[in-house]
Amino acid sequence: MNNATTPVHADITLVVNGQEHRLNVDTRASLLDVLRETLGLTGSKKGCDHGQCGACTILIDGRRANGCLALAVAHDGADIVTVEGLAQGDQLSPIQRAFIEQDAFQCGYCTPGQLCSATGMLDEVARGWPSVVTDDLGSDPVLNDDEIRERMSGNLCRCGAYVGIVAAVKQAAQDREAAEA
Amino acid sequence: MTERLESREKVTGAARYAFEYPVENVAYAAAVQASVGRGEVVAVDADSVLALPGVLAVLSHENAPKLHDPPDGELALFQSRTVSYRGQFVAVVVGETLETAREGARRLRVEYAAESPDVRLRTDHPDLYKPDKVNPTFPADTEQGEPEDAYGCSAVRVDVTYTTPAEHNNPMEPHTTLAQWNDDGLTLYDSTQGASSVQNIIARVFGLDRTQVRVVSPHVGGGFGSKGSPRPNVVIAAMAARAVGRPVKFAVPRQQMYATTGYRTPTIQRFRVGADSDGRLNAVLHDVVEQTSTVKEFAEQTATPTRVMYQAPHRRTSHRLVALDVPTPSWMRAPGETPGMYALESVMDELAVATGVDPIELRIRNEPDRDPENGLPFSSRNLVACLQEGAERFGWAGRDPAPRARREGRKLVGMGVAASTYPAYMAPNRATARAEPDGTFTIRIAAADIGTGARTTLALIAAETLKADLGDVRVEIGDSSLPKATVAGGSSGTAGWGTAVVRACEALRAELNGGLPAEGLEVSADTTEEVKAREAFSRHAFGAQFAEVEVDADTGEVRVRRMLGVFAAGRIINPVTARSQFIGGMTMGIGMALMEESVMDREFGDYLNRDLAQYHVPSCADVRDVDAVWVEESDPHLNPMGAKGIGEIGIVGAAAAVGNAVHHATGVRVRSLPITPATLVPRL
Ligand code: FES
Ligand code: FES
Repeated sequence: MNNATTPVHADITLVVNGQEHRLNVDTRASLLDVLRETLGLTGSKKGCDHGQCGACTILIDGRRANGCLALAVAHDGADIVTVEGLAQGDQLSPIQRAFIEQDAFQCGYCTPGQLCSATGMLDEVARGWPSVVTDDLGSDPVLNDDEIRERMSGNLCRCGAYVGIVAAVKQAAQDREAAEA
Repeated sequence: MTERLESREKVTGAARYAFEYPVENVAYAAAVQASVGRGEVVAVDADSVLALPGVLAVLSHENAPKLHDPPDGELALFQSRTVSYRGQFVAVVVGETLETAREGARRLRVEYAAESPDVRLRTDHPDLYKPDKVNPTFPADTEQGEPEDAYGCSAVRVDVTYTTPAEHNNPMEPHTTLAQWNDDGLTLYDSTQGASSVQNIIARVFGLDRTQVRVVSPHVGGGFGSKGSPRPNVVIAAMAARAVGRPVKFAVPRQQMYATTGYRTPTIQRFRVGADSDGRLNAVLHDVVEQTSTVKEFAEQTATPTRVMYQAPHRRTSHRLVALDVPTPSWMRAPGETPGMYALESVMDELAVATGVDPIELRIRNEPDRDPENGLPFSSRNLVACLQEGAERFGWAGRDPAPRARREGRKLVGMGVAASTYPAYMAPNRATARAEPDGTFTIRIAAADIGTGARTTLALIAAETLKADLGDVRVEIGDSSLPKATVAGGSSGTAGWGTAVVRACEALRAELNGGLPAEGLEVSADTTEEVKAREAFSRHAFGAQFAEVEVDADTGEVRVRRMLGVFAAGRIINPVTARSQFIGGMTMGIGMALMEESVMDREFGDYLNRDLAQYHVPSCADVRDVDAVWVEESDPHLNPMGAKGIGEIGIVGAAAAVGNAVHHATGVRVRSLPITPATLVPRL
């Protein structure tokens, strides 16, 4: 047997939504497939498997990333948050609530990725990270509609719920500010 | 405001889509596509792949079981060695894991006897033919008066050809099936727009009784027509599951969707319109050329909106097809209306320029008082109201009609308008309504919610009819074991399903007059007779689309600054989801206008740009100020809700509004979609 065709497995540990998992993964497996197929966390979606749609967006060590582009074996020890981990028990997060109130989804397939992406993005803004449409790189970015659209453009929505998505992100950002004030 | 009933599941990740059902011992399928554009499979080297650890089966025409009665070639998987287009499925590998199946498919060696494919759509193709009908059952050609002569002697004539490219539906959830055989038959967790229709067709394909097939699809990640009938994935999963004696799941990888799950045909549309100097139409000729595959005929009804839109005593429409060695086209959001109205409404803009009549006034002048072709009265027609309402809201009055009149720095700014229309279809359906002992109600119908909001809308309809609180109404859909329903297609769901729900609820209320029995009470309704008995009317929704664009004079980049759709679609049942439907359609229209194009590989066949990095759909940054509103419309000739469908009309006319705005901004008329910097720059 040609070695290249024999699956190679490796032991890794992942912390997903606060829970630790010891796993023996196929080294070819993406984080997305491990979450969905091995751990049964099917909230993260697969739209393209090539980093082109954002449906698989999760938070890896606090930063948003495409789960389909991340090899599981390369993330031993990572702390991962998926859409299943955004709510606190029954209490939806502000961004989840805002998505419902602004009808920011239709089929719902891009939605877990949008939610994780928005969660990570609001953190990026809070940390003062600029985007390509930020005019003044010297001061903290102001999260206007153009900033939201730019920063959310890695998450495609074929249903065309962008108008609602922008409204929802804005609402969640305001809720967050109000909570911090 | 009524939020979607499944909102919470959708924002917490709890809503399950087809690939996500936890079944024991599941295996995975990965399919292999033909790498030649036409020819035959000569040999499949299954043995070396079967030798890989974890590979469970390899199926191809060499060993696939004979299918009973596939309704068309697209579902006759692995039944012959013929390759009809590049990208057609020729084999499938089943493995213990996704990684193993994919590796096996990658390694499977398939030998072909290749012939050179004929893939180029052109108006002088020797094999053009007139189809017996166009989708679904319209005549291919119509003619009234003396269109050629009348055109020839019209004072103002416009003779132009518009083309639209192939476009792919690209729902975010790929076409997916999880198939499980058991003693009773076959269970399919499927990503479909119609559980009952998948049940029927797959039973036929595998020689089963309809009751032996169960299709489960409560959540579907979009479809836009491409999941309106079973695609090869369903047969592949079911065949593979039977072969390995285990449940098998198969999601078509995004790249494979472009060849195997349907798309909108490219069109070449010649328009000749003749009018008097005031813009009153005298003759309209709309001749369409489009493609189908050699596997299955699909004839897009591109010229049908021209039959409905404007008065003109002399008129002709025609459709010609050619069967090429290409993937099989199919339904994509508003088939017919979308490409047809793009062309018609662009031509109307050209006529407005040619006659010097304001584009809105031009449309009002050509408003018919009856359906211009079949002579039937319209059940309601509020196009003019939409145009006027939109003009008011959008600020049309201040528009200088001269093209290229407004410049802001590097940006050329313009405004365009286009009309929109879509038929108000309605088909027979069944539903049950049950009064539960605890005082709540359960509605059952095998309808689909592919993101439309159907579940919520049906609950609202039921609650209203039952005079119950929405919270006391449970709606079960997305399962073929429920009362038989039509597909989510043709924007017919609210009308067709809703009527069955209303009738079931009415009957239940009548029976409940005698009190609620301890075990509850269930009644059912079937609207077959009611639909048959409908009076003859021409039933259509109408709308007006307004767009303001800015065009970078140096780079040719077009951005839509603002867009407004005003629609007349009967009674709007759930304003929240309705607005999302309209805006979603308009958003897809922006894609059609500015970016969507599937490019055929002329040498080898199949579409070249088969992923989301190369086939561009609108992203968040592309959609700025887009809104949709509607005018009040009360129409007693539709259905008990007074509703017309709204799933498709939002895309209709959207691309024309953008194109007309580009012309107004730049003076450049682009007659071939999409409008890209490459087409604009040389002409700016
Ligand atoms: S599935 Fe990962 S980006 Fe599309
Ligand atoms: S909600 Fe359907 S793709 Fe975004």
